[in-house]
Amino acid sequence: MDLVVQGLVKAFRLLLSGDPEVLEITLLTLRVSGLATLISLCLGVPLGLYLAVARFRGRELVVGAVNTGMGLPPTVVGLWVSILLWRSGPLGMLGLMYTPTAIVIAQAVIAVPVVTGLTMAAVQQLSPKLRLQVLALGASPLQFWWIIIREVRFGILAAVMAGLGSVISEVGASMAVGGNVRGYTRVLTTAIVLEVSKGNFDIALALGFVLMVLTYSITYILTIVQQRRRRW
Amino acid sequence: MKKCLVIALCALVAFALFGCAPKAQPQSKSPTGQESSSKEPVPPVSAPAGNKDVILATTTSTQDSGLLDVLIPLFEQKTGYRVKTVAVGTGQALAMGERGEADVLLVHAPEAEKKVVESGAAINRRLVMHNDFIIVGPKEDPAKIKGSRSTVEAFQKIAQARALFVSRGDDSGTNKKELELWKAAQIEPKGSWYQESGTGMGQTLNIASEKGGYTLTDRATYLALKKNLSLVILLEGDKSLLNVYHVMQVNPEKFPRVNAAGGKAFVDFMVDPETQKVIESFGKDKFGEPLFFPDAGKPDIY
Repeated sequence: MDLVVQGLVKAFRLLLSGDPEVLEITLLTLRVSGLATLISLCLGVPLGLYLAVARFRGRELVVGAVNTGMGLPPTVVGLWVSILLWRSGPLGMLGLMYTPTAIVIAQAVIAVPVVTGLTMAAVQQLSPKLRLQVLALGASPLQFWWIIIREVRFGILAAVMAGLGSVISEVGASMAVGGNVRGYTRVLTTAIVLEVSKGNFDIALALGFVLMVLTYSITYILTIVQQRRRRW
Repeated sequence: MKKCLVIALCALVAFALFGCAPKAQPQSKSPTGQESSSKEPVPPVSAPAGNKDVILATTTSTQDSGLLDVLIPLFEQKTGYRVKTVAVGTGQALAMGERGEADVLLVHAPEAEKKVVESGAAINRRLVMHNDFIIVGPKEDPAKIKGSRSTVEAFQKIAQARALFVSRGDDSGTNKKELELWKAAQIEPKGSWYQESGTGMGQTLNIASEKGGYTLTDRATYLALKKNLSLVILLEGDKSLLNVYHVMQVNPEKFPRVNAAGGKAFVDFMVDPETQKVIESFGKDKFGEPLFFPDAGKPDIY
């Protein structure tokens, strides 16, 4: 148990002293996972809206794939993105392997199904009568989508939280495509893995606390927005 | 209308992607910018032309022991390159070399290395340093291997006693060495007493320590982690336990995307007398004994 106390003390010290390396790692984590979440939002929300409303053959197959994708194993994503980005791979000429951009791509792949699935579920919870009512009142397609988005905005916020949570905490993909390069692609989770294998459990614990405080703060802000107008 | 939305979103994504790249660039422009670590202004070094990134595929022991944390900044400061260290098992590091995914390799499995050189994937293989492997285990030593005259004898005793042995099981240099030793002892390690952890050296030591098992480890990682372990050295000094590190370039003629100049610069750096001195003194202050012994320039008999 004294290890936990040591870790907490170390975490406070690291935070208070403003250790430049920890700060850098934390900022990179925020930038990479934030960008990945943003991309997944841009792709996942429209896709989720579309899948919720559209009727086409094989829709169940696609929805099933999205729902499976919500639990996509990060290591598998890491491997696939690596194969694409390696020098010998189809995108090798871009030289993206072992860069922060590579991590963003892999994390976006992980988060897109999460955001898509939750957006879809949120829309499908709306009363089907809403659609008829909106269209009967003569809404243009743009107005229609706008109203739908407004109605499910809290669901979308939940999707953002889930998406961010899934990418900021994953380690397999970041390790595989980022390589945990010091001062360049080292994020909080890969740094924790490294410190554990170095036997520096206190630093690993400290970084873990930083990660949790970070995730909690972001989620807390989003939660406040989400719960501002609670009806239950 | 929907199309407009899709186009707008695509534009946003593209923007986000490109937004990330320039942010990453400034770091690569000044690979010597170690502002935080070195207080004195660093004299401008001859900035290398062309690709400034060098991908180093290496074993976990060089990273976990902390040696690379000392050597890499030194190299970057001297040459202006930025090193992307990918610390994996020697097996994976060599595989990366064979596919041209790395520029330079720092590994410790001489037999396997020779094959890679023979295949033409690696060139300029140079002897860098050595330390030794040791057999560690619980203080109680259930298989009574302490005092064994050779590794072969110790391994036979462990197998006979069916005492728990934790293997890396990850095709790393240490794992390769361990399998060689079982072979020499004419034992096929199998059964509930032989467990493969499938992780790096640090983690494997933790597992062996928790479960009270034996394991083969390089000395550097053991010394670096000793404070957390309830394992003691039970066998050391046998000739078969030598752990030799070589550095080599990935062949740029075979893989055109390989950073030839950067790889060569790193090989030269590793065998440079100044670097060798740093290697020699590394760890002395912290562990009371050196973790690695420099060997550059000595006849390479491995």
